[in-house]
Amino acid sequence: MAEIVHPSPAPFDSAQGRLAHQFDNLEQQKEASTLGMWVFLTTEVLFFGGLFVTYCIYRLWYPAAFAAGSREMLIWAGATNTAVLITSSLTMALAVHAAQTGNRRLLMSFLIVTMLLGCVFLGIKAFEYHTEFAEHHVPGAAFEFQPQALRQNAQLFFSLYFVMTGLHALHMIIGLGLMSFMLWWAWNGTITKEYYNPIEVSGLYWHFVDIVWIFLFPLLYLIGRHV
Amino acid sequence: MPALFPESASTMAPRVDALYFFLIAVAVFFSVLIAGLIVYFAVRYRRRTPEGVGVNIHGGLLLEIAWTVIPALIAAVIFVWGASVFFAMSRPPDETLNIYVVGKQWMWKFQHLDGQREINELHVPVGRAVKLIMTSEDVIHDVFVPAFRVKADVLPGRYTNIWFQATKPGRYHLFCAEYCGTRHSGMIGEVIVMEPSEYEAWLSGSRVEGSLASTGEKLFQDLACITCHRADTQGRGPVLQGLFGKTVQLQGGETVVADEAYIRESILHPAAKITAGYQPIMPTFQGLISEEQLLELVEYVKSLNTQQSPAK
Amino acid sequence: MRTLVLPPHHYLNDGYGIKSWLLTRDHKRIALLYLAAITFFFFLGGSFAVLIRLELVTPPGDLVSDETYNKLFTMHGVIMVFFFLIPSIPSTLGNFLVPLMIGAKDLAFPKLNLASWYIYVLGGLFTIYALVSGGVDTGWTFYTPYSTVSSTTSVIPAAMGIFITGFSSILTGLNFIVTIHRMRAPGMTWFRMPLFLWSIYATSLIMVLGTPVLAITMLLVAAERVLHFGFFDPALGGDPVLFQHLFWFYSHPAVYIMVLPSMGVVSEIVAAFCRKQIFGYKFVAFASMAIAVLGFLVWGHHLYVAGESVYAAMIFSALSFMVAIPSAVKVFNWTATMYKGSISWKTPMLYAMGFIGLFTIGGLTGLFIAAVGFDVHVTDTYFIIAHFHYIMVGGALMGYLGGLHYWWPKISGRLYPEPLAKLSAGIIFLGFNLTFFPQFILGYLGMPRRYHAYPPEFQVLNVLSSAGASILGVGYLIPMAYLMWSLRYGQIAGANPWGASGLEWTTTSPPPTENFVRTPIVTEEPYTYPIRAEAHLG
Repeated sequence: MAEIVHPSPAPFDSAQGRLAHQFDNLEQQKEASTLGMWVFLTTEVLFFGGLFVTYCIYRLWYPAAFAAGSREMLIWAGATNTAVLITSSLTMALAVHAAQTGNRRLLMSFLIVTMLLGCVFLGIKAFEYHTEFAEHHVPGAAFEFQPQALRQNAQLFFSLYFVMTGLHALHMIIGLGLMSFMLWWAWNGTITKEYYNPIEVSGLYWHFVDIVWIFLFPLLYLIGRHV
Repeated sequence: MPALFPESASTMAPRVDALYFFLIAVAVFFSVLIAGLIVYFAVRYRRRTPEGVGVNIHGGLLLEIAWTVIPALIAAVIFVWGASVFFAMSRPPDETLNIYVVGKQWMWKFQHLDGQREINELHVPVGRAVKLIMTSEDVIHDVFVPAFRVKADVLPGRYTNIWFQATKPGRYHLFCAEYCGTRHSGMIGEVIVMEPSEYEAWLSGSRVEGSLASTGEKLFQDLACITCHRADTQGRGPVLQGLFGKTVQLQGGETVVADEAYIRESILHPAAKITAGYQPIMPTFQGLISEEQLLELVEYVKSLNTQQSPAK
Repeated sequence: MRTLVLPPHHYLNDGYGIKSWLLTRDHKRIALLYLAAITFFFFLGGSFAVLIRLELVTPPGDLVSDETYNKLFTMHGVIMVFFFLIPSIPSTLGNFLVPLMIGAKDLAFPKLNLASWYIYVLGGLFTIYALVSGGVDTGWTFYTPYSTVSSTTSVIPAAMGIFITGFSSILTGLNFIVTIHRMRAPGMTWFRMPLFLWSIYATSLIMVLGTPVLAITMLLVAAERVLHFGFFDPALGGDPVLFQHLFWFYSHPAVYIMVLPSMGVVSEIVAAFCRKQIFGYKFVAFASMAIAVLGFLVWGHHLYVAGESVYAAMIFSALSFMVAIPSAVKVFNWTATMYKGSISWKTPMLYAMGFIGLFTIGGLTGLFIAAVGFDVHVTDTYFIIAHFHYIMVGGALMGYLGGLHYWWPKISGRLYPEPLAKLSAGIIFLGFNLTFFPQFILGYLGMPRRYHAYPPEFQVLNVLSSAGASILGVGYLIPMAYLMWSLRYGQIAGANPWGASGLEWTTTSPPPTENFVRTPIVTEEPYTYPIRAEAHLG
């Protein structure tokens, strides 16, 4: 009859204490966690991808209406948001570096700046939505658009605009939640020089959300700007 | 004795059936081969003792190549055969008897060019190529006539078409073959194939208010299309005489062939394709005009190809 | 001959009480949570099938109203596809076996695994809500504009249920991919993995890449229905055919999610019950990957008559023929494995042989409908229904039952009653063929699918089909009964009742929570017979 052999307990090590039971060592855990996030981000690419395909098809079919809709966008808001997000990716990368070098204060500072920039993004977005609502550009019974001939297809543009930016904003909010969690772990000492993979992996997510915006901005704001 | 095989009543049907018989032969061959081998091996190599093990054969490259290449070749043959049948199905002959079909939940409306209207029944002559130009008023439907081996979805917002040439007089099922809601299975009808002389008799015997083109002409005037689409070049809209079938130059530089779909779209979404040299000022008639009225206008525009000037 | 006893400590008695199950991180317990849930959905979806077949015994629609009938086939499809077939093998057998076969203590992300189950249940609850709030009548394919504009039924809850459950699928696939990449036991190279793991890996790739597209599609359907956004409604400038492209971009690869794991099971069973190496192991492994890749390229074959261009139809047709080839290669390799095997006729092998035969027929009819000129006639008829039921029921479901029987001793520690199991397999095989073979004939005759009432000349074939369905139904109930019975009264199995090779058979039945006492080290290729005695317990 086989006996169950329990390994004798190792001396306590804060990094080892983070080792989940299914893994043999921290290295394996780190690699698994990173691969897991990459796979998840791939699924997100496919998720947004369906939307992008839909957008591309309708833009091909209704170029005039889409250009007209795009011209209604607040380009200063979009451009500012682009700069804000790119900067937040920079601060995120610096946060990861701070974690790698065990600098707790710097890590927390960069995480907070990243989150603030995220909030700025959402604030500007909210302002844009408010403006679009006031101008009757929200699809539905109250939708208005000039010229009349382009109204129906411009409504399609705005439908895509709200779904795409709305979904992106939702991912930003989730990202802020994730960062709050990371901030707490940075504060309570969970993140150390030996165990910083959660920060790396959160950084990957944040960069992804940034990249989605980098695609959204030209597609939605910059059509026909040269005209 | 229940039917086990559908009637064959169109020029296409024997071609589809021939492909079917070949496919059955291939399927029977491989099914019997695999099933036979499995049963034979299961019996021949049945485990004799509880500790029995099999003979380890890792594989054979030659066999792998053989049973990859041979099925691929068979598949290629089927592909080409199926493709050629499909090309024939997709290319109506140049001369067809056109009939319009409007599907709606849950009935079929057939419009003959001379104005005969039918609900759920379609009379056609034997031995002549018939093209159905179809659209839906609401959701996606599908026209399916098993005896002709012909089927196509009927879409809202678009024209789709199928063609057939009936070879045997008779009455044949017509089914809606795309689920469309509550009474989908009730959206059935019959295609009634008649000898040419009987068909002519039926045509003249049907109550008719005017051909599609003439009804379309009245509508053209009632809706004031004539104000902008004049026969001379003074109008604010393009000249429609001789337009149908021509290649139109659009504003952005692209070209489009002026077919039924183009005419329909231009009435409902005039801003979609602006003819080069004209302003986008045409109002839309979406919501103001039914699918039947649209095809009347289409037929009227077609008729302008044969006239020198619009009938007064 | 010593009497076998259950091991004193194993995963089933490692903690009692509902909390120890609902908050478990153990992949084996999570597998059983899934088993309970999908079995429930199987019988729910199956009961709708019974009503459908009862209605179709007579030509007029006289058993239920047409509205009810439309809801029955819709819910049958939604439940069977999304709540039974897609999760079935991956979430039950996959969850249970992947760590065991790979020599690991658990999957890479056990908490995510549990979360996947809760997400599945939440999606299921949305769907049950859709059911009790009147049902859905759009067909499991939700074609627009009927689903977004015309239907007056509970479309949004059903769409949301599918959306939510999709994440369960995505997270399960993610877990498997990371586990297979990073947690293989020392010495287990990719080509020393059992073929079941190759199938699960290929399936996981599809789950992870395809399901998100379904998710966004369902979201757009909901947005259109609630907010009238117009993506798929021609009256608002949208295109209903775009919906079909987006929908089938996932739903075609989805059918490979449903059948690939079954193929993996068949590889395991054939190797074990012939006691030899699978003929052409590498070809079978690569065939799984080829099916996963090619499966993403053929979705347009669902749109031959839907309004896609002639040239698109040609391309999709050619690709559809290509995707059939790797499946054929697998069938030939399994058959060749039986040559000079030492073949046991135990129930798992009966199911595996049934799979090979019925999948061959189903797959060959796939060639029929890949041919565009032929498909024009039979698409949207019972021919299609027969085709996919041969693959899903004759194939995937039989593979699932075979796997369930094969690994039942490992899961439960006990043997099922063999004579009764053989009888059920036979009843299922006969009932299945009687149900679905007549449908090929019906389809070519021209009986459209989703028809509540039909012309009288189709009746005889429908009666045959319904008779078969009643036999099939009985056939499924019997294993339900004896498997439950065996949990208490079944003969104790021991670690390796089949004398099979594979890491899962080197640990106790049932296994301990941490799966292995010592991390196994793999030094040989899979399916090596005779198995080394010292590697196996009891």
